[in-house]
Amino acid sequence: MKQEFIISIYSENHIGLLNRITINFTKRKMNIESLTVSESAIKGISKFTIVVKEEEDRVKKVVGQLEKVVEVLKAFYHTNDEMVFQELALYKVQTDTLYDSDQVERIVRKSGARILEITREYTVIEKTGHKEETQELFEALNQFGVLQFIRSGRIAITRDPIERLSEFLRERDTLLSQVD
Amino acid sequence: MATKRITGSQAVILSLLEEGVDTIFGYPGGAIMPIYDALYDFDKQVSHILTRHEQGAVHAAEGYAKVTGKAGVCFATSGPGATNLITGIADAMIDSIPLVCITGQVASPLLGTDAFQESDVVGISMPITKWNYQVTKAEEIPEAIARAFFIAQSGRPGPVLLDIAKDAQFQEIDFSYKKCTKIRSYISKRAVDPFKVKAAAWLIDQAKKPLLLFGQGVIIAQAEAELKAFVEKTGIPAAWTLLGLSALPSDHPLNVGMLGMHGNYGPNIKTNEADLIIAVGMRFDDRVTGKVSAYAKNAKIIHLEVDPAEIDKIIKTDVAVLGSAKESLAMLTNNVKENKHEAWLQEFRDCDKVEREKVIDKDIYPNKEGLTMGEVVRITSEKTNHNAVLVTDVGQQQMIASRYFKFSQSKSNVTSGGLGTMGYGIPAAVGAQLGAKDRTVCCFVGDGGFQMTLQELGTIVQNKLPVKIILLNNNFLGMVRQWQQLFFEKRYSFTELQNPDFITIAKGFGMAGHKVTQREDLEEGVQRMVDHDGPYLLEVVVEKEDNVFPMVPSGASVSDIILEA
Repeated sequence: MKQEFIISIYSENHIGLLNRITINFTKRKMNIESLTVSESAIKGISKFTIVVKEEEDRVKKVVGQLEKVVEVLKAFYHTNDEMVFQELALYKVQTDTLYDSDQVERIVRKSGARILEITREYTVIEKTGHKEETQELFEALNQFGVLQFIRSGRIAITRDPIERLSEFLRERDTLLSQVD
Repeated sequence: MATKRITGSQAVILSLLEEGVDTIFGYPGGAIMPIYDALYDFDKQVSHILTRHEQGAVHAAEGYAKVTGKAGVCFATSGPGATNLITGIADAMIDSIPLVCITGQVASPLLGTDAFQESDVVGISMPITKWNYQVTKAEEIPEAIARAFFIAQSGRPGPVLLDIAKDAQFQEIDFSYKKCTKIRSYISKRAVDPFKVKAAAWLIDQAKKPLLLFGQGVIIAQAEAELKAFVEKTGIPAAWTLLGLSALPSDHPLNVGMLGMHGNYGPNIKTNEADLIIAVGMRFDDRVTGKVSAYAKNAKIIHLEVDPAEIDKIIKTDVAVLGSAKESLAMLTNNVKENKHEAWLQEFRDCDKVEREKVIDKDIYPNKEGLTMGEVVRITSEKTNHNAVLVTDVGQQQMIASRYFKFSQSKSNVTSGGLGTMGYGIPAAVGAQLGAKDRTVCCFVGDGGFQMTLQELGTIVQNKLPVKIILLNNNFLGMVRQWQQLFFEKRYSFTELQNPDFITIAKGFGMAGHKVTQREDLEEGVQRMVDHDGPYLLEVVVEKEDNVFPMVPSGASVSDIILEA
């Protein structure tokens, strides 16, 4: 059964690595629903968060292949339930719509969004949440016309009490010391 | 550490020497000229083999790596030079062959400008390399080369590619070299888990019908002696994959033959009767398993494997023992009880008898008029005392040679397994001969594959390599024709060839050779080839429409192996 999985990859911050990682999805004709990359808590180590909608067996195998990439330190996969995750969305609407009635203001308040910038022409609204929530706000605002809309990739953090990053680095140090 | 001031190009050569490289296969061109210029001063320390095409260089490097166990090294220029390496790199990736490919690249300020002979070889080769890297500064060269060799040769080996920009080849650096022994993000070795070994040993001691399957992992890990010790202590019959061939001598009483599509009858049908499968350094390729859902259904599975991603990839295991086969097999041998499986082994001998009557005798001692590929292979193996290095191309001759050639030592089989690369044979034989200078190298090719890379006859002659080429000519792309006959109602769509006079071609290159068309000339013909001092082409005209049997039809279970059409 296909379901959403969140793949987290810790890697060295090297040129071309993004390509080397995404190749593993392309090769299996597996679509990436969302992708976020940034520096992790440890300097020089990047963290990829990749969302796929797939069967677990296929996800497990792709994660196995990702771990084989020389510059990848560790890859995990989790279900949505196992993680706390969030996306960010930005909406641009005409400022006039806020003057015409109080409906837009009410929608913004109710959804817990906030206003980032107001000019005479347009207003930029920001909302964080799950995709369904940012989508819901988009649909509500779009009744009044959304000029531009953009959603970020997902970022996620495990519900695990243990910090996986330090756990795997410890494990890695042990393995590397065996090499000597 | 002492340093000296040299150019990036000299650093490339000195780094290769530090890694013990004695042979480089390559082809020069604009973007790699500074490296070739540096190479000119090192002809005493390292020999460079100029192939006739970059594909020849990379296959030769593969052949060299296969017989030596060391990384094969090849050079090519940017653009078309680099893209011509791609087939060989893909071949090495799927067959876990250590290669270090060095390509020239346009000068770094020109990257991304569509400069002359610019191609994104790092991008192109990414899915088919274990690792690759673009060097744009000379100071990166020693470390990049050290990493390249470490990654190519450690863990599960594979090809790496270094793309070196031309300006980095000219820049000067203070050179010092340090071998790479570890990389933070890369685990090259794992200690074998003794608990897994114990769990595996328990299953082995309980098993009534155990079958061991060994692959190239045994050869890569140099675990041939450990394999032999294990099967001899446990009395377990052992079958090989195409790439595992030669790891256990052909005449060993527990060697029960080849697995897979054109493998032997016994190992295939007995896979589904076995109650335990011990897979060592093999990856359950679809050519071995046939229909996966009907594979080894009665068996528990033990998998000894160096690559964690191979565990449960195709076949679900009961006990997975991660690590080098050299260690895991030795530990396993210490933990199992001595045993014999005489009745079970007898079942394999009975299968062998059936296969002998229905297939093998007709192949290697034929009565029919036309010559068979099998008899040529048998005679060649006999005349070389079952001690030659076998190189094959891809197709019918590959399967027949793998079935009937006999081996007494390991690292003696050079073939393109996973990728099935036609045109592999001749250039791979170049590398095999250079890697095994004192051994006889017999290269079997078909008339199709031969014509893909026959320009490398020039390389063989120029370097005086005494390669013995046996061309089995049936005027067809034989394996495709066989499938057309069996599965496409004999619709021979574009598989018949109008061939040139191959002996004249060989003579044109300065290579001796002759053609055999009659059985009575065959033995003497093979003898002449073997006795000839230097390279030789023996063309044997074989039956046009001969088939390779047994066969597990594509998508069928291994128990549905057919012995005749």
